[in-house]
Amino acid sequence: MLRRSMLFMPGNNPGMLQTAEVFGSDSVILDLEDAVSLGEKDAARILIKGALKTFNYGTTEVVIRINPFSTPYALEDIDVMARLKPNAILLPKATPEDMKQLDEMLTKIEKEEGFEEGVIRIHALVETTYGVETVYETIQMSNRVDSVCLGGEDLSVDLGVARTKDSEELFYARTKIVNACKALKIDAIDTPFTDTNDEAGLLADTIHAKKLGFTGKLSINPRQINTIHKVYSPTAAEISWANRVMYAKDEAEKEGLGVFSLDGKMIDAPVISRAMNTLNAARVIGLIK
Amino acid sequence: MKILKPAKAGTLESNDISIMLMPGTNGIELELESIVEKQFGTEIRTLIENSLKELGVENAMIKAIDKGALDYTIKARIETAVTRAGEM
Repeated sequence: MLRRSMLFMPGNNPGMLQTAEVFGSDSVILDLEDAVSLGEKDAARILIKGALKTFNYGTTEVVIRINPFSTPYALEDIDVMARLKPNAILLPKATPEDMKQLDEMLTKIEKEEGFEEGVIRIHALVETTYGVETVYETIQMSNRVDSVCLGGEDLSVDLGVARTKDSEELFYARTKIVNACKALKIDAIDTPFTDTNDEAGLLADTIHAKKLGFTGKLSINPRQINTIHKVYSPTAAEISWANRVMYAKDEAEKEGLGVFSLDGKMIDAPVISRAMNTLNAARVIGLIK
Repeated sequence: MKILKPAKAGTLESNDISIMLMPGTNGIELELESIVEKQFGTEIRTLIENSLKELGVENAMIKAIDKGALDYTIKARIETAVTRAGEM
């Protein structure tokens, strides 16, 4: 699936849960962690349970962010939420050890509930220095992992540095996460841009992350979705280029050529693969038929 | 299910309902305040009473202040309050 934007929604807010799908993000993350106060974790679990049984979120991916394993809430979060069969669980402060434990718990619950094994997917939220250093191993701990998301706020605290608007302090984490995700063929989702009133800043930050290899971005405000989608959706020029590559490929195949050129540039398998990805993404979001 | 102690759930924010539950001895005694009392007062009362019944609560005093909550929210807040007020 296309995962350009993943929008956080507070798990104990009825109004937000009932409108979560209308903002058009590719995924919604119903949050049991930071957005829910310690005394309301039970209420949020029960409210999300009701919302998932009541609303049809359509093609929007429904993800539940549980509390970290280091808290007293994680086990009950998983036990209650997994039985509702959400599309995915977002594991905060992800490490290889926690990923293994989550995967085992999901497998057990899927068996008990009669769900197909592996149907509940996982997104790993990497937001500690240890998590960054072990991200490759974390992904390998479970076949369920569909993406790694970067949590820049907590990571900068762990690094002992100030969180800045240009995110220079996250450069190492960003590139390390992207590389691990590309190597293991999963999505790389960038940290949220937290100044919700700075649209130009959001645009610049999203463009920069895309250049580093990220495939989508976390969001903390519905107003950010359009900007994120603009950056991560194929442009008309990209779609036109991809169509021309595929046409040239078909022509070259007829002539028995493995490698060919277009506009003076060599076209080989990786370029063809990029063109196909562009066209697939354009199809998924309805830009082409 | 017996209500052993007073408990609260929900908020006074839009789309939510605040529930205050207390031990009672005279069946379900419900006091409701709602911004949609005229349109949906009867339905909300029935929903609250049925939710308590489903949870096995026979005696309780309830004060509910509704700010336009949908059914799923009302049921969730009742379940939360009941869980907090006793043992399921």
